[in-house]
Amino acid sequence: MSDHDNGHIQEHIRVYLTVFGALAVLTLLTVGVSYLNVSSTEAIFLALTIATIKASLVAGYFMHLITEKQTIVWLLILTFFFFLVCMFLPMIYDFDHTRLS
Amino acid sequence: MQIPYITEERPDTGLTNSKLGIWVFLASEIMLFGGLFSAYVFLRIAAPEGDFAYWGSKLNIPMATINTLVLISSSMTMIMSWASLKMKDFEKYKMYMGLTLLFASIFLVIKYFEYTGKFHHGIYPSSSTFMGIYFTLTGLHMLHIIGGMIVMGYFWLPFGNKMWTTEPERFTNRIEIAGLYWHFVDLVWIFLFPILYLL
Repeated sequence: MSDHDNGHIQEHIRVYLTVFGALAVLTLLTVGVSYLNVSSTEAIFLALTIATIKASLVAGYFMHLITEKQTIVWLLILTFFFFLVCMFLPMIYDFDHTRLS
Repeated sequence: MQIPYITEERPDTGLTNSKLGIWVFLASEIMLFGGLFSAYVFLRIAAPEGDFAYWGSKLNIPMATINTLVLISSSMTMIMSWASLKMKDFEKYKMYMGLTLLFASIFLVIKYFEYTGKFHHGIYPSSSTFMGIYFTLTGLHMLHIIGGMIVMGYFWLPFGNKMWTTEPERFTNRIEIAGLYWHFVDLVWIFLFPILYLL
């Protein structure tokens, strides 16, 4: 990254500012949609979708994941798999629980 | 002893050791918060109907919205401090790093008022399952903010930033690595905000 010239960095800064604007708008949007009269499933879906878009913007642009080396991408894919296992554990409990009662 | 591959990339990984190191650390952080997010889902599923929504409605959405915007702004100033070093502008670096610390402090002050507001109304972690997981998740996140501030404060103050004059490239990488951590803390809040305050 040390061979970046100033013009290159200026270009990056424009991208960062756009991402910053998008994050601010999405924050207000997620608060806005939380007042909509929708079912709780729809509300969860909407909130998590917006949060995932925001997180992708932060990870992709602020943390440079889009242009980052494959080593890190694979490391994160592996971590994400275990994260999903974590998320599924309560669901498994729920299925079990429902069948018993 | 010289630490190897700090400014030049290691041939087999294609990364500096510091960058690989911070990402492995962040992966472990994903699992730390992942376990607690999992606990949140578990507790929410098992809670009586409407219990989480009832206790969640006691939280202050405007304060948390401002705090979300404050954290996003701090991520922006953090990346600007790194970009300033890339452009060899040390004065701008100090300004943006100072702003990042200021935003982090504002976040803590707002969080302080939120917490004490709850305590004044007799709401504690023991008040309900929701409040238990709320204080655990936001408390752990707050500790991460404080940890980040200690590191960033060190790089901001003269005894921490003097490396800029001796090894500018190494110092720039340090700020990039600190930034990766800081953006991660921002990223965790992006999920905490809707699941605790809005759902």
